[in-house]
Amino acid sequence: MDLNGKKVIALGERDGVQGGSIVACVKSAGAEVVMEFTACFV
Amino acid sequence: MAIQAVGRLPVISGVRYFLAHTPGLVPYGHKPMLDIGRNAATLNDIVSQFRSYADAVAYPPNRAFLGSIYPDQLRDISRPWFHANGDAERRQPHGDMMPEDEFYGLLKVADDFDIIRLAEDFAKEAADSLRSNPLIRPEDLEKLDETYSREAVEEQLSESSSIPLVLKSGRLVGCVTGIEGSSELSADVLLENLACKASAAMALRTLLSDRDIEPSQVQYVLNTGEEAVGDSFQRGGGNMAKAVGELCGLVGATGSDVKAFCCAPTHALVIAGSLVSSGLYDRVAVIGGCSLAKLGMNYTGHLKSDQPVLEDVLGAFAVMVEFDDGRSPVIRLDSVGGHNIGAGSSLRAISRTLMSEPLSKLGLRFADIDKFAIELQNPELTEPAGGGDVTERNYRVIAGLAVQNHEIERSAISNFSAKHGMPGFSSTQGHIASAVPFLGHAVDRIGAGEMQRAMFVAKGSLFLGRMTQMSDGYSFILERNPVC
Repeated sequence: MDLNGKKVIALGERDGVQGGSIVACVKSAGAEVVMEFTACFV
Repeated sequence: MAIQAVGRLPVISGVRYFLAHTPGLVPYGHKPMLDIGRNAATLNDIVSQFRSYADAVAYPPNRAFLGSIYPDQLRDISRPWFHANGDAERRQPHGDMMPEDEFYGLLKVADDFDIIRLAEDFAKEAADSLRSNPLIRPEDLEKLDETYSREAVEEQLSESSSIPLVLKSGRLVGCVTGIEGSSELSADVLLENLACKASAAMALRTLLSDRDIEPSQVQYVLNTGEEAVGDSFQRGGGNMAKAVGELCGLVGATGSDVKAFCCAPTHALVIAGSLVSSGLYDRVAVIGGCSLAKLGMNYTGHLKSDQPVLEDVLGAFAVMVEFDDGRSPVIRLDSVGGHNIGAGSSLRAISRTLMSEPLSKLGLRFADIDKFAIELQNPELTEPAGGGDVTERNYRVIAGLAVQNHEIERSAISNFSAKHGMPGFSSTQGHIASAVPFLGHAVDRIGAGEMQRAMFVAKGSLFLGRMTQMSDGYSFILERNPVC
């Protein structure tokens, strides 16, 4: 998937992959993060 | 590696729990309350799926929480577990499950400000029920002499500052009165705080009674609940610890609260161990009251799956941390792992700081930990709402770390998870569900020589409070006493 120049909404989960980690990954691939959120289901 | 002495060894001499079956309070859970406010008919849908007290007592995950079955035994019971009820006593090895009429009476016992106003007929019934409870004292029952006529209750409810207290059957039995114009002292917040106080007190009273500890001999109390006690000028001012201590007769103790979302109990256990290790105190109680806001949190999924609203119990725990008695399991202060501020939020960073590094420091392998106690939420509560099996997901991460550590093959992940993990069995009561539900089992098994050590790993969702994007984590190892 080519994320360069794409806008991304990062939805993470505390007991899985957190939003901050997704942001770090997609930014390194050239994407712009327009929203970041980490959910806790418990 | 032998235990490295850090001052005096702190041990956990006892653990007890408390559950209250309170379907009548489910409409005051945050999610149900929001939805009922938007559509009043939602209340009927929720009420139609309430289960009986007998079913809640016998529900296998609740029996694991109260110690009458070992968590691994849940694997032998086919799901859905709510079909496997059977018979069970309310008093189980690790604690009691109280029915809601008794619990409403207990709320009055815990109330020092005429917040709970019970109708005369119900107050008498509640007093009669509580009188047979061995943990209730005559002076507790005096609180129930203060009653209101049904007309007075109904008149009070005509004011917006009050909310009704209703049993599962729909019977109005009293009201909760708040302070007009104060969101911190509103009726629903005061109810949440009183429920937290009352449930923590019952867990602590159970522990003191079972361990035959004179209340005046406890020197410090650390409360770990997620409640916010305070008024408009000091929201969350706290010290629920002393309120609970007072209700339990801890006249020789002072105390304070530890706040770290679901992670607070593990922080507090290590702090308690440190207070004992330093020599400041010989006996410290760590307590956590219930999270009323989480009642019915996943009810929409339960209704869609045509199953009972299973988040109908309030949970609490109490732990006694003491100076080494030569037999109880030891909190290894040299094993503590913390998710430090600079560690980063990746799963790898969290796992490294909480598990890999502490184990490596002690020269232990993942397989040297008999059981990992992590987020222990019952999957039957979270799966219908789309949250999945949080416990199982965390165990697979731990097994993955063992693979990375070259301890096991990738193909052995499932076996490792099963052997060193367990099915989730705790109600979704926030901090109550985070690692500490296994503490009672661990103390039993380590004390009996059936287990060498267990690791307690808790996480907290700090980001929910909007002050930081960070989460939190804390861990420690509980190990067999070296004298044994």
